[in-house]
Amino acid sequence: MSDSRTTMGRDDDDSPAAMSLVQDDSRTAVSRAHREEWARIVASLTRRYGDLDIAEEAAAEAFAIAVEKWPEDGVPPNPGAWLTTTANRKAIDRIRREGKRDDKHKEARMLHDDTPLEPLGAIEDERLRLIFTCCHPALAPETRVALTLRMVGGLTVPEIARAFLVRETAMEQRITRAKAKIKAARIPYRVPAAEDLPVRVAGVLAVLFLIFNEGYLATGPATDPVRRDLTAEAIRLARLIRALLPGDGEVAGLLALMLLTEARHAARVSATGELVTLDRQDRGSWDRTLIAEGHALVRERLAAGEAPGRYQILAAINAVHTDARDVRDTDWSQVVALYDQLVRVDPSPIVALNRAVAVAEMDGPEVALAAVDRLADRLSAYHAFHATRADLLRRLGRSADSRAAYDQAIELAGNTAEIAYLTRRRDELG
Amino acid sequence: MQYLVSVIDDKSNSGTEEEMVAIDAFNAGVQAAGHWVFAGGLASPSTATVIDNRDGQALFTDGPFVETKEYMAGFWVFEAPDLDVALRLAADGSRACNRRVEVRPFLDPA
Repeated sequence: MSDSRTTMGRDDDDSPAAMSLVQDDSRTAVSRAHREEWARIVASLTRRYGDLDIAEEAAAEAFAIAVEKWPEDGVPPNPGAWLTTTANRKAIDRIRREGKRDDKHKEARMLHDDTPLEPLGAIEDERLRLIFTCCHPALAPETRVALTLRMVGGLTVPEIARAFLVRETAMEQRITRAKAKIKAARIPYRVPAAEDLPVRVAGVLAVLFLIFNEGYLATGPATDPVRRDLTAEAIRLARLIRALLPGDGEVAGLLALMLLTEARHAARVSATGELVTLDRQDRGSWDRTLIAEGHALVRERLAAGEAPGRYQILAAINAVHTDARDVRDTDWSQVVALYDQLVRVDPSPIVALNRAVAVAEMDGPEVALAAVDRLADRLSAYHAFHATRADLLRRLGRSADSRAAYDQAIELAGNTAEIAYLTRRRDELG
Repeated sequence: MQYLVSVIDDKSNSGTEEEMVAIDAFNAGVQAAGHWVFAGGLASPSTATVIDNRDGQALFTDGPFVETKEYMAGFWVFEAPDLDVALRLAADGSRACNRRVEVRPFLDPA
């Protein structure tokens, strides 16, 4: 009996079901390693070889090899070390292959700088260097975002292209050109000098906010609707920068904004994979610890008595929402007042759209719709514009108009949970 | 690493007395800090001559090679370890000469 069981056990291990289990395990391991190790590997290779392009390509190759090998050979005991070693080898291969003029110099460095995995503290600084380089003011703003998402966030070029509504080839070109400029103009790979820090930080915050948003409303049919790897990465980096600049109001504001948003993530997508809007969320599942931390930061900024920037105002708006245990307790007049303040700091049509959503709660959908319609020429390619219109039209009983707006929103939306939600709302129209 | 800092202008001979004083002071600072390589002001674009000797028959043409509203009125060449240092020098230079400037790296000879 026991013999046959052993045999059966062995047979089981080779069965297609067991094989696919192994493959699932290794796939999970690769994606976990990608989440946890990508930026660190790119950062350490960049420091070692002084070349972002080599670092990126070698890291990507190492992960491609992992995808191929781990299902066969098993997941290595230390995936991070395995990937670092593999990426390092790929980088050396490429440098040798290209036979550059400075080959000998680089080879000498390779031989002498064979440092193993860095201790945790050094890793954190390493990633910070990477992000300051990617967010350098000599690069165009849209390039900074793309480069940070690629190098720090580890997103693929198609994912980034989709996030910013540009063609893949254009995005590829943008990133390639940026890497060439960093190298040719010698954009330094380091945390900026103290006198440059405030300006440089504002640029980094803009980039982090975009990364957070991409995580919180992820684009692409193949990604999770909420990419907590990205939101967590954005929060982690924001915490690092706050540790560096504890007195900076906007750093605190952005961190608070992210925390108060992240606190609601469990309530944001339903069991059936649909986006749940703020008014319908189960507020009991909000993360009270993150909310408490976010509120403390908002209070800290109020006590500072300085004129708030946009992140601080957005954080304050989110503090009002997270303060209400029930949506009916929301202080909408406070929300609208904060949006009025925000419009003065940031007169973008997207802020005006969000203000209109709050206005609908205070003055009714008709007033809000008039405000939204005024934004049509500037926001017609933005899915949230159509989704907002669809909802207001539905509340006004204009079903046919609402349906058309939902159709447009669904067509433009990239987030799977949001598409599911919008589709159901459209189909519920009488 | 060397960087070319071009001074962008749209008028000829438009430097004022105060600007010249500020530029001299800036130059002295750059020299003292060891970033100085070379600098010069240029005469107006209308004084330029274009030469084409690609086929061995030198052809001279009056005027700049391209007509633009803005042109290079002068330049600095700085020695700097990286772009951050070059940008800081260029920012001070822009302030001193009261013009926009463009920073462009020389090809790395390494």
